[in-house]
Amino acid sequence: MKPAGKRSNAPIFWSLFGAGGMLAALIGPMLVFITGIAVPLGLVLPADAMSYPRMLAFAQHWIGKGFLFAVVALFLWHAGHRIYHSLHDIGIHAGMGARLACYGLAMLGTVLAAWWLLAIGF
Amino acid sequence: MADVAETRKFIEIEVLRYRPEQDSEPFLQIFEVPFTDDMSVLQGLQYIKDYLDGSLSFRWSCRMAICGSCGMMIDGKPRLSCKTFLRDFHPGRVRVEALAHFPIERDLVIVMDDFIDKLESIKPYIIAKEPRTLEQGEYLQTPAERDVYEQFSSCINCLLCYAACPQYGLNPEFVGPGIMALLHRYNVDSRDGGAAQRMDVVNAEEGVFNCTAVGYCSEVCPKHVDPANAVNQNKTLSAKDYFLRFVTPKGGAR
Ligand code: SF4
Ligand code: FES
Repeated sequence: MKPAGKRSNAPIFWSLFGAGGMLAALIGPMLVFITGIAVPLGLVLPADAMSYPRMLAFAQHWIGKGFLFAVVALFLWHAGHRIYHSLHDIGIHAGMGARLACYGLAMLGTVLAAWWLLAIGF
Repeated sequence: MADVAETRKFIEIEVLRYRPEQDSEPFLQIFEVPFTDDMSVLQGLQYIKDYLDGSLSFRWSCRMAICGSCGMMIDGKPRLSCKTFLRDFHPGRVRVEALAHFPIERDLVIVMDDFIDKLESIKPYIIAKEPRTLEQGEYLQTPAERDVYEQFSSCINCLLCYAACPQYGLNPEFVGPGIMALLHRYNVDSRDGGAAQRMDVVNAEEGVFNCTAVGYCSEVCPKHVDPANAVNQNKTLSAKDYFLRFVTPKGGAR
């Protein structure tokens, strides 16, 4: 009988992946509709709904900041995890390299998002 | 009604052969087998063994989807050969191969040591929460408490879910669907107190997080066990255990 191996750190990445997936499922299509279809085509929403001053004000409010940070960071962690596992599925077992590339990019995006959101001020 | 002799039907069964002492690698061999509508693929193989080629090797015992020994790839899908009927492939040919993802011992017989090792590692028996003496009587359980684990206790160790799991195929270290279903069966039994020991297997690098939620395991399970569900529940349990061990002093393994 073989003893159980070392504890996996996967729960960290899996939790971020799960949270990102949940958020994406809840608001992803709506975001695509608003930012990619409704506003550019002037449908449903007023034409200036995403004008610079409005979006700046949104990003300066702490609720807006929190929302933007969660969307950017969690979507990235979700994508990073999904891509990492898909690489494995199609036979690319790049190991540490792939892990660093996928999760590293998500980490970088998270730090940059936090940095810019703070730099914009309150 | 037509004459019985005239309606006698034949089907071609294409079997993966491998006899390590004489074959350098596995190859396919075609047999023409007479069959009736009530004949299973297993009976087709038995016909071959009895009348066409006595050297053909395969595992079977119960012939009624209970013992779990007759799992094979039938037309590319993991199935019990005693529960799959030749008539469903007629007039085409049916291909029968050893279960995917396992080393072949001989013909359709696979080496299942990996599974047995894993099965032992999860302590597949009730580890009494509060041991009782004979005088105290049996361990009682309500129907509701039984419902929590009942479906998972139907597993017959047939390994079809392992042949279905692409992650097990890529990495046989992965504990795999069937073992997770069995582990869960004991962990959620109200009489059992061994969950903390078994969680080490769930939490390990070979554990539950190798699963990428494909779900094919539950599709092929002949006993409707839904191993994917056991795996999913244990991802959540393992993540909880991972984070909560910092706040609950007694919680799980390190
Ligand atoms: S869970 Fe189902 S498919 Fe897997 S070994 Fe058990 S009975 Fe077979
Ligand atoms: S012979 Fe027992 S399950 Fe098929």
